[in-house]
Amino acid sequence: MAKTVRKKAAAKKPAAKRMAKRAAPAQANGKGAGLLQREVEQFLYAQAEALDEKRWGDFIGLFTDDGMYWMPPAPHYTTWEGMPSIFIEDRDLMTVRMKRVQHPHAWSQAPDWGTNHVVSNVIIEKVEPKTGEVHVRSRFHMMELRRDELRHFAGTYRHRLRLTKDGFRIKLQRVDMVNSQAPYEYVLQVWV
Amino acid sequence: MLHERIPNLEKLVEPDRVHRFCYTDPDIFELEIKNIFEKCWIYAGHESQVKKPGDFWAFQIGRQPMVMVRGRPGEGKGAAGSMRNGAIHVLYNRCPHRGVQVCGARHGNAGDALTCSYHSWRFKYDGTIESLPLPRGYENTTFKDYDCNMKRASRVESYRGFVFASLATDGPSLVEWLGPAKVAFDDICDRSPVGEVEVVMNCYRVIQRSNWKFFMENQLDAVHPSVTHESTGRAASEVEFQIQRRTGDKPLHYHMLSAFTIPFDKWDTLETYGYPYGHTVLGGYMGLRPQDPDTLEHERILAKAYGEKKKEEYLTRNIHHVLVYPCLSIQSPLQQLRAIRPIAPDRTLSEIWHFRLKDVPEPIYRRSLWYYNLVNSPATMVNADDLENWQKGQWGLASQGGDWVSFHRDYGRDKTDGDTLRSTNGCSEMPMRAQFKAWLKYMTAGA
Repeated sequence: MAKTVRKKAAAKKPAAKRMAKRAAPAQANGKGAGLLQREVEQFLYAQAEALDEKRWGDFIGLFTDDGMYWMPPAPHYTTWEGMPSIFIEDRDLMTVRMKRVQHPHAWSQAPDWGTNHVVSNVIIEKVEPKTGEVHVRSRFHMMELRRDELRHFAGTYRHRLRLTKDGFRIKLQRVDMVNSQAPYEYVLQVWV
Repeated sequence: MLHERIPNLEKLVEPDRVHRFCYTDPDIFELEIKNIFEKCWIYAGHESQVKKPGDFWAFQIGRQPMVMVRGRPGEGKGAAGSMRNGAIHVLYNRCPHRGVQVCGARHGNAGDALTCSYHSWRFKYDGTIESLPLPRGYENTTFKDYDCNMKRASRVESYRGFVFASLATDGPSLVEWLGPAKVAFDDICDRSPVGEVEVVMNCYRVIQRSNWKFFMENQLDAVHPSVTHESTGRAASEVEFQIQRRTGDKPLHYHMLSAFTIPFDKWDTLETYGYPYGHTVLGGYMGLRPQDPDTLEHERILAKAYGEKKKEEYLTRNIHHVLVYPCLSIQSPLQQLRAIRPIAPDRTLSEIWHFRLKDVPEPIYRRSLWYYNLVNSPATMVNADDLENWQKGQWGLASQGGDWVSFHRDYGRDKTDGDTLRSTNGCSEMPMRAQFKAWLKYMTAGA
């Protein structure tokens, strides 16, 4: 019996080794894999709440100075350079969008309007060995109320997170919606 | 039946005001589909959307689901496109057997033949029947008299790569019908040293919850931008100023948004033109001829291709926006095109495209791309407020709070050059009046 257990443990060793290797950079940042997972999840939830609570300034503040928010028109896009994008915004353009919706004459903001995000299936894809940048993939559902109607959006987030002295900051957030190519009933006023 | 329900259309369209029924009445809408959309030249797409034989793109003409297909080189007669590359055909997307749509996807390649998914009737790319299963079953039936071909649009023509189809068997040719409005396509293409553009293969679709005429009237309405888009204009101006203070420079694309702060009197210095078939043009150069190295390189390339004189002519055309009635809005200096497809009196689909100039330095394309991303994407900070206005407008016109829509501004001051109407000020409501003049003509033709 004991022999069998030892055998199983031995058989598992390579996998465990791989895991240890993968977790190593996170541990170098003082985090175990479990802790990293939890902190990443909490960060994604906090970002979604900033949107749902219309704290636009806080949302923008979650990006690094060179951070980008990108929604490609379809999943096969690999870059926004020289390609159309539904959103491609650095912090300056995000600020334009924030100032627009906050302007008293943003007419489209007059009707009741709000969102509710659920973020789930959070998977840490990799941790860059050199920079410690964390690549995270997750799924989201968003219900949006506008005037008297609900719209439903769903898709995948891909975050590249950098650890700063203030916690994680977003270097790049890619958003792929399942309905990115479907006709839009009205448009998207802020980030999804 | 239809005509009994519809009041006398002449009574609904006065020279300077229009009855609300023109926007809300379902029977009038059906008559628009029949007399305007299913008779006029309607935009199908750009030739570069269907590059290879068998490539197809589905679209709508009025109520008719159509499909644009690239034929095989050397095959097919009378359709648009060159014989060398294969002609372009426009077919009703319907199998003659049991009526099933032949192309199920929005676009793609048909493979060896257009093939019906129901019983495998197969058609050549020009719609003629190639084969069907169990041919012996038709022996000694009247099937020999049955038309087994996919029905073709009555007429298909292309102008500088832009393909149009008409379901009317006769009428003016495409170029004749476009008239001076063909300048939209010249202004797009002549900015390339080889006179050609290629479509960027992405089409956004946005539903407008309003009558299609709201869209057509809005595009040349120079009074609305600084009101409707004030929030975006102000926000972009503020950030543009911050960037300039920070870096000493302001990115060109911010101007695309901050320009919405331009006051009425500046818009009023522009001119608008109205043409007999309902097409209208807003003059005024879009201010996109800065003297940076990229622009100068582009100008040098055009001068080499066309000579100095032609280059100047091509780059100084007085165009801000062209509307090709009833379904196209073209911003030629930035290679943007929007096509609308009416769905119901209060529902309109818009299809949003842009184009890449052939053999032109990349930075010039990037300017068009910024406009497409910032103004024309489904996350637009501009059309968000337009769509809201048109929706509210549609509700207002459905109400009994009043019967008329006013187009009085500057009425009586329009100039006439032959059959062209010209307003000497950009804020005149002449373009709306010109559109309704053409509308009445189309709607009452043959009545």
